[in-house]
Amino acid sequence: MRVKLRVLYFASIREKLGRDAEEIDLPAGVATVAALRTHLRARGGAWADALAEGKLLRAAVNQDMAQPAAAIKAGDEVAFFPPVTGG
Amino acid sequence: MKISIQKEDFDLGAEVKAISANPKIGAVATFSGLVRDVAMTLEHYPGMTERAIAKIVDEAKSRWQVMDCAVIHRYGALQPNDRIVMVAVASGHRGDAFAACEFIMDYLKTRAPFWKKEQTRDGAQWVEAKATDDKAAERWKS
Repeated sequence: MRVKLRVLYFASIREKLGRDAEEIDLPAGVATVAALRTHLRARGGAWADALAEGKLLRAAVNQDMAQPAAAIKAGDEVAFFPPVTGG
Repeated sequence: MKISIQKEDFDLGAEVKAISANPKIGAVATFSGLVRDVAMTLEHYPGMTERAIAKIVDEAKSRWQVMDCAVIHRYGALQPNDRIVMVAVASGHRGDAFAACEFIMDYLKTRAPFWKKEQTRDGAQWVEAKATDDKAAERWKS
C-alpha cells in the first residue's frame, strides 16, 4: 500500500520549481489541497513564488479537477498547474 | 467513441469516415483547430487529459443525441498551420451534432489539462488562459 503523497507539477509551475513530480509524506494536519499548497509554499524561494497566495492556480486530486477545499489523503496523486490553454 | 492524445498528425476525413458507419447517422459536425502564427509546444497531463475529455464527452451524450464521436488532441512541438485538435460528432440530425461538437470544444478549452508555450520573438512564453474561453464554457450552464 502506498502511504506517500504523489505531487505533480505542470507547465510554468514545473519550470519554476525545476521538477515535475515528487513523493512526500503527508504532513500532519494537512488534509486539503489548500493546506498542501500552503505547506509547500512554506519551503520558500521558488516554492513561495510558484505557489504564491493570490496566484491563479488549478489543482487536481487523483486526476480530477479539485477545489482548494478538496480532501487529500496518503496515497493520493495531487497536481498543481496554471489555468489550461489547450484546444 | 475515440479519444486520442497523440504526437502524430491526424486525418480528419478518415476519422469522419470511421464514425459514420451506422446508417441511422444523418449528420456529422466537425471542428479542427490549427496553430496560428507562431510555433509552440503543447504539454499535457497524461492520464488526466484522457479522463477529462471522456467526462466532457459523457456530458455531451447526456445532453444531445451523440451516436459516435472522435476527439483527437496533439501534444509536443507544433508549427504554424499544423493541426492541433479535432472534434467530430455523429448524430441523427445536424442540430445535436453542431451543439455537441461546440460544447465539447468549449469545455475542452477550459477543463482538459493542456498548456501551450509559444516561441515568440522575445523567447518562449506560456500562453495565458483567456476569460473569453471561460465565458464560452459558461453559456452551456443555462
